[in-house]
Amino acid sequence: MNLPDDIILSLYEKMVATRLFDLKVKELVEKGHRILYHSGIGQEAIPTGVCAHLRREDYLIPYHRGWGYMIAKGMDMGRILAELMGRVNGYCRGKSGTHMACFELGVLGKTGIVGAGLPIAVGAALSAKMRESGQIVACFFGEGASNTGAFHEALNMAAVWRLPVVFVCENNLYDMYTPYLEVTSVANIADRASAYGMPGEVVDGQDVLAVYEAARRAVARARRGDGPSLLECKTYRWYGHFAGDEHHYGGYRSVEEVEAWRARCPIRGLREYAISKGIPAEELDLIEERVRAKVEEAERFALGSPEPGPRVALEDVYA
Amino acid sequence: MSSREITYAEAIREALREEMARDERVFLIGESINYGLFGVTAGLREEFGSERVRNAPISEAAIVGAALGAAITGMRPVAEIMFADFLFCAMDSIVNQVAKWRYMIAGQANVPLVIRAPQGSGFGMGCHHSQSPEWVFAHFPGLKVVAPSTPYDAKGLLKASIRDDNPVIFFEHKMLYRMRGPVPEGEYLIPLGRADVKREGSDATIVATSLMVHRALEAAAELAGEGISVEVIDPRTLSPLDRGAILGSVRKTGRLIIAEEACRTGGFGAEVAAIAAEEAIDALDAPIRRVAAFDVPIPSGGLEEAIIPKAEDIANAVRAAIEAKGRRGIGPAPDARSHPPSDYPWPT
Ligand SMILES: Cc1ncc(C[n+]2csc(CCOP(=O)(O)OP(=O)(O)O)c2C)c(N)n1
Repeated sequence: MNLPDDIILSLYEKMVATRLFDLKVKELVEKGHRILYHSGIGQEAIPTGVCAHLRREDYLIPYHRGWGYMIAKGMDMGRILAELMGRVNGYCRGKSGTHMACFELGVLGKTGIVGAGLPIAVGAALSAKMRESGQIVACFFGEGASNTGAFHEALNMAAVWRLPVVFVCENNLYDMYTPYLEVTSVANIADRASAYGMPGEVVDGQDVLAVYEAARRAVARARRGDGPSLLECKTYRWYGHFAGDEHHYGGYRSVEEVEAWRARCPIRGLREYAISKGIPAEELDLIEERVRAKVEEAERFALGSPEPGPRVALEDVYA
Repeated sequence: MSSREITYAEAIREALREEMARDERVFLIGESINYGLFGVTAGLREEFGSERVRNAPISEAAIVGAALGAAITGMRPVAEIMFADFLFCAMDSIVNQVAKWRYMIAGQANVPLVIRAPQGSGFGMGCHHSQSPEWVFAHFPGLKVVAPSTPYDAKGLLKASIRDDNPVIFFEHKMLYRMRGPVPEGEYLIPLGRADVKREGSDATIVATSLMVHRALEAAAELAGEGISVEVIDPRTLSPLDRGAILGSVRKTGRLIIAEEACRTGGFGAEVAAIAAEEAIDALDAPIRRVAAFDVPIPSGGLEEAIIPKAEDIANAVRAAIEAKGRRGIGPAPDARSHPPSDYPWPT
């Protein structure tokens, strides 16, 4: 595979933004701000590698972990952060928090119910097909979601109607405090695809180029009208399930295991590849600096945004 | 005997531990209950093993369905649904199957299972992690519904729920988990269907469960300073509901206020108001008042405080009921609406 430099640099920028934004949220949570924080650190390659193939009008169903999809789809970090902090300049006037949507960019909303996003993705794909709009849907979820009934019903429906969906499973090996193999009948979630007559592929989720390649195939298949695919990206979250998870390091996960996965940093991996291809380290450093400034700016924007008046709580119930 | 104080979460854990030790048919099933998201089940796996403290996949419909299958074949499962909001993922299992199975098979087996579910707002977690859907389940014959407000009640009611031969949905309030209160060392049970008078009074009755009991008590304490004597009745179980205790108190005070955390329309308050209207309207000196959340989903973050009743809202409803004396039957109560009046005192 020989990717042009501009794509490598763009993937690098998105991953760095995803990482630094996540760290900023972590910092704010630690300072006492009330934000529902499900860290995506360690998993940046997956949303970045998949969303690189999406067009502005394509649909996205994110899941609870991280903000890489939103960033990769072009959402503004300042407005994402403002929404997370319940500020009026957020994407949903501060009433939505983690569930935020941005319809302008095809981001349809983020459910708090594990698995519930999959059938919604199927419906968006059905709509795209019926309207012959050419749009596809990228739907993200964790391996834990693949044990919900919603997952199985959605995959069957998407396959039988040959819908343009790419199902992306981020298998970080744990659902909350439970090792996935304790509650999951197969080691590879991708194997479940064959039960629904669609291709399933295991991908190294720490390697953004591998994710990028696999997603290219799945997205192309969806655009051709050949139907859905399931990508399972093996990965790991560096931190706890959520901000209050005290058991992730040496509790339900051994310290050795966590450290071994942290050593496989997807950003460092891409950086080393870029340098080996002759991209100067200074150029990568410059990107990092630029992104860092944007994240600081996002924080200033969010903190400077007022809280919504209480009446916002009453709006939007009915059309 | 010195009175021991423990938290609501500890009281629930004690009830689980005692019932598991007492009856080997009792077992726990739920997601990540090796630690438990709220720490309620922490340590039980070490004590009873992973067969009886069973981590489940994220499969709410199957967790409840499997609990039903186990219950009708000789086990006594206690299922945990991590947030009460996720009960809706198991709605068919609960409402079409669990609630009706005994009836459907003409009593050939009982359904001795408990579903524990943390409910309530308070953490700003938004519309999928903050609901209080107790009353939804109380609507369905065949289910019992419990919602304790104190550590003492939580322990005694959970033990009784586990020993009950009927399905019980046991709502635990997230904001109460850390609350401490007296819980005796020795064993005790609290029968389902019996209300508790949390405070005696003579001018007005507030009926409330779970977190709202504490807001009602706060309101009652404030009103006492104004010379208003309020009785606070905690039914503790929504189904079966202790109508006698509610009606007895209403007959005594002549005024009824119902405080609930869920939104107003078609809820617990509506049922209690209907009971009072049907059976004690002659005793009422003022229109019945419901203090409930506004009829909207629960927003994320600090905004949730704007829609959930506060002690002050409850106190205002009592004051209005007291002022209404002598104008019985004239016009609707000023707070009887699902959206706030234009002069509603929003928190600033
Ligand atoms: C229906 C439902 N059940 C349980 C939960 C609580 N919960 C939130 S995230 C989570 C673990 C999800 O694991 P996975 O899907 O693998 O995603 P990960 O968090 O590992 O990225 C659980 C159990 C929920 N939000 N919705």
